[in-house]
Formats: sequence, structure tokens, C-alpha cells
Amino acid sequence: MKVTSRAFKTNARHALGDAHLQQAMTNLRSGFVERRAHAVSQLPEWEELRDEAVAIKKHTLANLDFYLEAFEQKVIANGGQVHWCRDAAEANAAVLAICRRLGARTVTKGKSMIGEEMAVNDYLEANGIQPVETDLGEYIIQIRHEPPSHIIAPAVHLVKEQIAQSFRDTHRDLDPARQLKDSRQMCDEARSVLRPRFLAADVGITGANFLVAETGSSIIVTNEGNGDLTQTLPKAHIVLASLEKVVPTLEDAATILRLLARSATGQEFSAYTTVSTGPRRADDLDGPGEYHVVLLDNGRSALLGGAFEDMLRCIRCAACLNHCPVYQAIGGQSYGWVYPGPMGSVLTPSLIGVEQAGDLPNASTFCGRCEQVCPMKIPLPKMMRHWREREFERHLPPRAYRLGLAAWAFVARRPALYRVVSTWGARILSYVGRARGRFRALPLASGWTRTRDLPAPEGWSFMSMWAARQAKRPAP
Amino acid sequence: MTEKPRVALFVTCLVDLFRPSVGFAAVKLLEDAGCTVEVPAAQSCCGQPAYNSGDRKSTQAIARAVIAAFAGYDYVVVPSGSCGGMIKAHYPALFSDDQTMAEKARALADRTYELVSFLVDVMKVERVAARYDGVATYHDACSGLRELGVKAQPRKLLASIAGLTLKEMRDSEVCCGFGGTFAVKYADISDKIVEEKAANIRAAGADTLIAGDMGCLLNMAGKLERAGDTTKVRHVAEVLAGFTGPALGEPGDGS
Repeated sequence: MKVTSRAFKTNARHALGDAHLQQAMTNLRSGFVERRAHAVSQLPEWEELRDEAVAIKKHTLANLDFYLEAFEQKVIANGGQVHWCRDAAEANAAVLAICRRLGARTVTKGKSMIGEEMAVNDYLEANGIQPVETDLGEYIIQIRHEPPSHIIAPAVHLVKEQIAQSFRDTHRDLDPARQLKDSRQMCDEARSVLRPRFLAADVGITGANFLVAETGSSIIVTNEGNGDLTQTLPKAHIVLASLEKVVPTLEDAATILRLLARSATGQEFSAYTTVSTGPRRADDLDGPGEYHVVLLDNGRSALLGGAFEDMLRCIRCAACLNHCPVYQAIGGQSYGWVYPGPMGSVLTPSLIGVEQAGDLPNASTFCGRCEQVCPMKIPLPKMMRHWREREFERHLPPRAYRLGLAAWAFVARRPALYRVVSTWGARILSYVGRARGRFRALPLASGWTRTRDLPAPEGWSFMSMWAARQAKRPAP
Repeated sequence: MTEKPRVALFVTCLVDLFRPSVGFAAVKLLEDAGCTVEVPAAQSCCGQPAYNSGDRKSTQAIARAVIAAFAGYDYVVVPSGSCGGMIKAHYPALFSDDQTMAEKARALADRTYELVSFLVDVMKVERVAARYDGVATYHDACSGLRELGVKAQPRKLLASIAGLTLKEMRDSEVCCGFGGTFAVKYADISDKIVEEKAANIRAAGADTLIAGDMGCLLNMAGKLERAGDTTKVRHVAEVLAGFTGPALGEPGDGS
């Protein structure tokens, strides 16, 4: 996927001016947020469950090598195969090799953020294999040639009318006079278009919400059932998963599942939770002929034991996106790569380098709502600050900003000097602004005053007034 | 209490510069609650602009000065959840590689409180004597709410004010978009967020907006005023102390 994170500010400005996107974001604010709050309020043991899930992930990450090898042994015992891939290129090559060996012409795909990280669709297409997204949201952005804007609702930035138009533009063999007003009609149309694709596919690719070391299983959760058709019908099922998806036991997966759907969509459980264990056995009625797990590192193992290890607890529920005022304002595509919102602002610099994504950890008010709703208690603001510290150490912020900050810090460290500056600052600003009570324009703060006034100071600084008052008071 | 607790007021840089009346309101509220109030002269800022810009060294230098200036008091009280949160929740972690400083930072953190939560939780203040004729809505500023648990305390004291009706706005716990330097560095995004906040404030049907943090108040007041909105914007300390001079952004005498 093409990285545009460097253009974050420009992307954001476009998003703020996009009326459709702004309308779609309003729906998100009321939908996900309220449903999650209700679901959480219905579960008295929510906080205990969070602690339990954090403990499971911490234990797993501390013994990651052990659980991954245990997982592989079980997969092999079940008749499947694990492909260990250091980066996206290796993972794409592994997928292509399987497809080539099976003579695959079309591949159906369930939703996978690892697939986005690999840009596997582009890669397969470039090699003559047609990938077909089967998750409705992914299908919509695939036919629009757009990147996803959300990790569980990839087309959430669009309104119905845009989707209807894309369907008309793409499904040209259907009756042009047909009705496409409500989402039911569009769902039915997508279903009728996708059904023959499921039957024709040679290989099915899905992501994984969990890999279970105990059984060698992969687990996906969906609300459309597309994942099941994707993985059951073709000759081979390929699971794309990053290595932190592993948990020790099915019981552990079940614990975290109780948090996942509630945090994501406010459901108690997703409509489909599918556990896949190996290829079809001799006495199975159906199932894929082959089962492959493409296990991607892509920079994650380097996070173990460091300042960003906690990020590997993330279960991709998207609660942090849904509750983030910045994400709500600009949508996901502004962030310029696969992962948007607070989790993306921490993970993206970790995976593609902070030089590429320096704005992301800075574009936060540190309001703390992401950490508050994160089911895995990931300290997202703290880690965004870590990134800011690394950027500062490497002199990545603009020179003017660094100089201004240094000058301010020089004064702030010297309270006597600071008092002189604040006293005169208050005097001058209040003198200039007292008639109106506020400023409509100020040098150095034009970003602020372009759209907001700045209230003027009252007059003297508090410290100078306090000193004057104390001087008048009789000594105790 | 047999002896009056000795309280140091950490004024905060924004109150010092923009709104000294908040500082005097805090002094009045603390004295009314039975405290002896002192204002250490060697104070400037808590260091958040440096801290949130990734400049850890400058932050440590500023924090050292604050820790030294505020040693030896029974309590340190801050009329801001953001600056209070900085001292209470972040100073100790700043010195993870310096045992002695970490202990001093921890000692300061343990004695530091945001003003309104200090009045209610520590001094057990049940009511204030002020009067305010109006309908107010209260914005829960982020750091006070999430780092210090300031939520019920201001509402409890505001409820005791004669003449004042409190009407909750939608999403009172959602950020106003200030975020310190964020408001200037990402001004467009900040503006969009405060636009949502302003809409919620208007929809609440209040004539006064109250919050406990100057940064957020300047941001919300600035947005409301640019839109020609006449909602009065006040710091919670001013309302609790009965200080009802010109609201934020209203013309004053500038003396």
C-alpha cells in the first residue's frame, strides 16, 4: 500500500473539506460509541475481564517463541503448513507460490489488515491472479480503488449514495433502471455478484483474529459469513496472520473474544466466530484441501522488550479509532497507511519508520479516551509521547518549532526571569486587546486565530498582583 | 482539624498570564475551606509544552525547579486538571533513572491536588456561599477527568450555588480539541473538534460554560466568540468563589 503519511496535514485538510466524509463520520460518532457503551454497561465483570486479557497477552508475549513453535507443531500435526515470513515481500512470495502450484486464477479474500500491510491484492494482480474481496466493506473499497479508512469498517468514510454509484459503475451487466436506495438492496446486489466468485475461486485467503497454540487453529470473527465461504470452498485456505496473534489456549481466545465484539461493534459476540483447524480430513464433508498460515513479522519482533511492546497486545477492535476526536474529525485515510487512529499513530511509525509517519504520534490532543476504552489497556498516549521523544532526539520537528521551544524552556526554567516576561506579556497583550476583550488575529498564532478568537489577558499577571498584595499586607 | 493545613498554590502559566482572577478565586476558596495559602515565588510552568513535544531534558529541568519550589508544604493545589495531572501522574515517571529525584517527585505527587477535587475530597467542603444567576453547562476537561477523576466534585459544589442551574451537554467528556501546542500545530483539526464542542454547548441551552482548565476555556471561548455566540465562559473557581466580573474574552478595563 502506498504510504502517504508524510502528507498527513494535507490529507487531513482534504478530509475536513469532504462533505460526504464528514456526514459519514457523524454516523460513526453516534453508532459505534453508543453501542459499545451500552454493551460494556451490561457486563459487570468488564474490568476483571480486561485485566485477565492483559495478563494472557503479557504472558504470551513473554514466551512468544515457545507459543509460536507450539502452534506450528500443531498445524503440521493437523496436516497444514506455517510459512515464517520476515517481511511483506516474503509473505507475498509465499502466497504466490501456493497459488501458482495450484494453478489459481482467482482468489477470494476475507478481511485482513495483514493483507493490507502486504498489499497482497496488488501483488497478486501484478502476477496475473485476480483477488476478489468478499467482505462487503472491503469489496466496496476494492471496486473504488481506495485504501480502507477503518480497521473493522473499511468503507465507513462513505455514504450510501457513493456506494450505489460505485455499484452502478462496476456492475454494468445489471439493469441500469434497478433501485439502489437502501442498504438492503445493495447488500443483495453484492451477494448476487459475489456468489459465483466464491464458487469459482481456487484459493481462499483470510486473516486471523487469533492463532491458538494448543490446537493449531486460526480463528476469525465476521458478521457476514463471507469468511466461511472464502475458506471452505477453494482448494486451499491461506491464513494471513502477524505473529502477535497467537494465544496459548482456546480458553484464552474465548476470554479475549468476550472483549472484542463488545469493544468493536457493541455486540456481545460477532455473528460468526469460525475456528479453522487444518485442511479437510478424510471423513469431513467439506473444507479446503490445504491449510497454510503465512506468519508475518514485518518489524514486530523488534518491538519485543522495548518501549512499544505493549502495542503487540492490540486485538484490532478499533475502539480507539471510534472514540478518538482526531479520527472522528478526519477519518482514516488521512493517516496515510494501513492503521489509522491512535493505534495506528503508535504502530505505523514502528512498522514503516518514524521518518515516514512523524506527524501521526503528534496529531493527538492526549485526551486519553483511547486508553480509557482500550480493552487491552494499551497506554497509547504514553507511547505516542515516546515517539515524540524519539523524533525530538533526532531533531525531526521543524527547526523554528525547536528553537521556539528551547527559548520558552530557557525562560520557564528560570522563575525570576519568567516573572518579568509574564508580567510584561500580560501587560502588553491586555493593553492591545482590552477594548475588545479578545484578539481576532495574532502573529505566531495565525493557525488559532484564523478560526477562533483568543481571549485577551485581564491585565497584570497573577504573580505580580500577588506580590503587590503581599507587600500591602502587614507582616505576620 | 486542629491546625490549618499549609497549602501552596501552583498558579499555572495560563492563569498567571490570562486570568489572574482564577488564582485569587482559588486563594479565596482555599482560605474559606480553612487553609493557609502561600504562593511560592519560584514558579513558572509545569513543563507540559516541553513534555508533550518530546523534549524530556527540558521537562526534567523544569520539573526539578517545581519540585524544589513546592517542597515542604502540606498540600500543593492547582486550579487545573491538566497541570495537576502533569505533577501527579507524570512527574514520578520522568525520573525513572534517578532514584532520589523519583522519590521527591513521588512525594510531591502524593501531596498535589486539582483545586475542586481537593476542596471536596480532602477538605470535605460540602457547599459554597456563592450566588450565580444563570444556566450553566460543565465541560469535563480531559486530564482532570481521566488522570485525576475530577467529575462529581465540581458538580457537587456547583449544585450548592444559589440561582445556578446546571444542564448537561451531550458528550461533556469529549475533548475540546485544545491539546496545548496541538491547537496551533494542527489548527484545522483542532478547529473541527472545537466546532463539535461548540455545537454541543449551544444545544445544551445554557448561558454559561464552565470548566476547570484555562487551556480548554480559551479554546472554547475563542470558538464561541468568533461565531458571535454570547455564552459566558468562566473557570469553575471563579463561579464557586462568586467572582462574576467580565467573562473570558469580554472587554475588561485592562488595568
